[in-house]
Amino acid sequence: MQAFITRETLPSLPPPNTIKGPMAWMRQNLFSSVGNTIVTVVIVLAILSALIPFINWAFIKADWIGTSREDCTSGGACWVFVYVHLKLFMVGLYPESEVWRTLLVGAILVVTLAGLMIKAVPFKKYIQIFAIIVFPVIAFILLSGDSFGLPHVETNFWGGLLLTLVIAIVGIVAAFPLGILLALGRRSSMPIVKAICVVFIEVWRGVPLITVLFMSSVMLPLFLPEGMEINKLLRALVGITLFQSAYLAEVVRSGLQAIPKGQYEAANALGLTYWQGMYKVILPQALKIVIPGIVNSFISLFKDTSLVLIIGLFDLLATIQGAFASPKWLGYAIEGYLFAALVYWIFCFSMSRYSQHVERSLKTTH
Amino acid sequence: METATQTKPEIAVSLRDVNKWYGEFHVLKNVNLDVERGQRIVICGPSGSGKSTMIRCINRLEEHQAGQIIVDGIELNNDLKNIDQIRREVGMVFQHFNLFPHLTVLENCCLAPMWVRKIPRKEAEATAMEYLERVKIPHQAKKFPGQLSGGQQQRVAIARSLCMKPRIMLFDEPTSALDPEMIKEVLDTMIELAESGMTMLCVTHEMGFAKTVADSVIFMDAGQIIEMNTPDEFFNHPQHERSKLFLSQILGH
Amino acid sequence: MADPNLSATPPQTLSTVPSKPSFWNDPQKRALVFQILLVIGIGLLLWFIFSNTLHNLDKRGIKTGFDFLDRPAGFGITQTLIPYTEASTFGRTFLVGLLNTLLVAGLGIIFATMLGFSVGVARLSKNWLISRIALVFIETIRNIPPLLQILFWYRAILPLLPGPKDSISLAELFYLHKRGLTLPSPLFEPAFIWTFWAFIAALVLAFIIGRWAKARREKTGEQFPVLWTAVGVIIGVPLITFFLTGSPLNWDVPALSGFNFRGGLTVIPELTALLLALSIYTAAFIAEIVRSGIQSVSKGQSEAAASLGLRPNRTLQLVVIPQAMRVIIPQLTSQYLNLTKNTSLGVAIGYPDLVNVFAGTTLNQTGQAVEIIFMTMLVYLAISLTISMFMNWYNKRMALVER
Repeated sequence: MQAFITRETLPSLPPPNTIKGPMAWMRQNLFSSVGNTIVTVVIVLAILSALIPFINWAFIKADWIGTSREDCTSGGACWVFVYVHLKLFMVGLYPESEVWRTLLVGAILVVTLAGLMIKAVPFKKYIQIFAIIVFPVIAFILLSGDSFGLPHVETNFWGGLLLTLVIAIVGIVAAFPLGILLALGRRSSMPIVKAICVVFIEVWRGVPLITVLFMSSVMLPLFLPEGMEINKLLRALVGITLFQSAYLAEVVRSGLQAIPKGQYEAANALGLTYWQGMYKVILPQALKIVIPGIVNSFISLFKDTSLVLIIGLFDLLATIQGAFASPKWLGYAIEGYLFAALVYWIFCFSMSRYSQHVERSLKTTH
Repeated sequence: METATQTKPEIAVSLRDVNKWYGEFHVLKNVNLDVERGQRIVICGPSGSGKSTMIRCINRLEEHQAGQIIVDGIELNNDLKNIDQIRREVGMVFQHFNLFPHLTVLENCCLAPMWVRKIPRKEAEATAMEYLERVKIPHQAKKFPGQLSGGQQQRVAIARSLCMKPRIMLFDEPTSALDPEMIKEVLDTMIELAESGMTMLCVTHEMGFAKTVADSVIFMDAGQIIEMNTPDEFFNHPQHERSKLFLSQILGH
Repeated sequence: MADPNLSATPPQTLSTVPSKPSFWNDPQKRALVFQILLVIGIGLLLWFIFSNTLHNLDKRGIKTGFDFLDRPAGFGITQTLIPYTEASTFGRTFLVGLLNTLLVAGLGIIFATMLGFSVGVARLSKNWLISRIALVFIETIRNIPPLLQILFWYRAILPLLPGPKDSISLAELFYLHKRGLTLPSPLFEPAFIWTFWAFIAALVLAFIIGRWAKARREKTGEQFPVLWTAVGVIIGVPLITFFLTGSPLNWDVPALSGFNFRGGLTVIPELTALLLALSIYTAAFIAEIVRSGIQSVSKGQSEAAASLGLRPNRTLQLVVIPQAMRVIIPQLTSQYLNLTKNTSLGVAIGYPDLVNVFAGTTLNQTGQAVEIIFMTMLVYLAISLTISMFMNWYNKRMALVER
């Protein structure tokens, strides 16, 4: 073996074209073998043959603006159907002159959410309190009216995307405190408390939401004393809240489990009582970890709200179905469903992206 | 293939002008190296210098993009047959052990002999026990990797490689994931293996190990072999500026 | 014992029992009182609900109890897997609905698994285009409510099909039309039983071959193409028996008469739409589970296997899949459970499942809301508990042994 010492430092060379650059990329990822090449070609042809007619139908030959189905003349998609019914799809039968109230609530909601989600915004704690306590009150006053000189709008007139959002948001906000209590109860050392919580959680998680909605719409009136009436929306909300609290409890429990034992011991060692320790030390950490889980369960809830059409509420999906079932607009089911799918998709996809983003940033800070 | 090994019997591994890029990053630059049969070579260098990449190219865990690598007389190229053949002859020990957690220690050791070399289970188990005894953990054979300490796991990983009866062993920082008190047991196993005449390429910073068994030490930096010398010469009289700097840094600890 | 010299109190008063705190400061007693109060509170709530319900039912003239199950139902059901007529009892409607639910759930699980595994594997494909298409499929499908997808298939796509008269037909055997999919139904002759037994025998034989091949491999190292042999045996043996016994199977081929089909078997469009939507929706989730399961096996594992000389296929079979399955199976079963619960959405398109037939029609006819909702929920609960019991058992069995 000979000793060897290099005297020259070799420069870093750029990779040759055979391994870098678009041609190399395509060779590696699309045409790496004969089989792969065939697959690529077949797929490209299949996509083109499916996508071109679709784009042609949905965009190029489509009619966008008009007042009735007579304006749909070009043989493509009739987006006029959506254009004409947009107000119905967004807020249902909410009185035309009062629609500004729903827009105002929407604007406050967007600003609040932006304040919560954007890291750079200060006063996070106050925004949280506003979002959980003040906002629901303002939203209810604005939407329902009957005070501050606003005319009363019955919940029968709420509909479309407005109703979908109301159900989803009330469902998650109202289920939250119950979910935390259930999660704490399930981890409690008191056997009876634990048993009650386990049974409660597992029963709701074991049955489909539609049976819960049936129960709340059929059985809830039976449970209440004679003469006490609650409206359809409230009944659905009660069912959804109970259902959702069980799922939230499991999400919160996973967060409580992820907190190291040392944190519980430290809280005890500092002389904090159980509730002080939970409120000041454990829950703030646990809830931070489970933000992605909460967002994911909100996504499920958002999709599940469509079930209320089965018990006769007019959410986004129901108003769209109602619109294309009317004799004037018969035959535009595909346009209607595609529009509904797009709306749901935008909400769910952006929320799932947000949840992934939070998950990633939690991973790096921990 | 037999004829090939006979024409160059003394060279076990040979790298000729090997180049490799990770994206834009030039990770191996014109690497040339000949390893004779029975030689023990220690490779050291700062992190990111390409030392792991180099030995991972030798059993084709990484693909080189220019140059030639010949192992045991067989050239590594896209031919799957060649790759199969080389991997049977080259064992590898990883930094993070990579034992199969769903199999017992014994099953870990028997898996490849049974499926690759098509050896009956009884025979494979006998061989495995033999090697487990050599690395001094035969009584752990029925346990799962998760039940062993890091040092024990790494010794099992060495035994697992040896069960394939390789002619060349590659070690990729075998002790750097271990707690200090466990490093010695692994190094002792490696020293014993070296004394039995195995051809070994070890990426490691264990200077004691290098001084005891290595025939030569290679120092790599920025994808290049900077210096190659006997351990004595290299540690006592490093020639290149960068070798000196590197040694002063790791000995300073 | 403490050193008496260091102890402030004389040794004879040292006791191993700590002194007792006052009643209210003893955490055990506090917990007891709290739990008693909680039980009383819940009891009161239940009593309140119970008495209100009794009162309300009484006022509406509904008699509680399960007697209604024996009364004749008097309504028809579009799809019945067991004999059912309008004269059958309400109890029978429960069974019919339950079986229809289980039918969709069973078929849906099979289709969703096949599609989901394919998409999940496609997601990991080296071909960029395939993996992108799989990603777009997953991200589109799972962000759209399943109910919307069911309605879309049922009310937007299936009506585009032609009527029975102009059905899309495949070889004059299968007809796809607005009212469903009509296909030939098998008519078994008694001798067909032999083919059935041959099939069972072939399964046993394939199992024996597998055991034998494993034993031989372990003894001599010789490998044997078990999979292909087994497939050959399972298909071949019943097929030969079938022809030897004189092909004892006829088909009732559907034929168009007037505006409808005579003979054959028609899959109702509700079933088709529900199956399509639920299979596709669940498949998107299964695909993600499969992808993340396979990716959860660290790269080091396959590198270690490769460095030992194992071929990629063997690595997958012996190292990656066994480890990925531990991650995949628990999540997969919970998806199966979700699919089973989602079959209840069939009520929106009139598929006669348990919720539609029993918690819908039967409830409306009898007014026995409490009993019916209770029974329906119990069915789903039983299914959930069975599946989660399986999951606990599986997790315990498969948990990796750690220190």
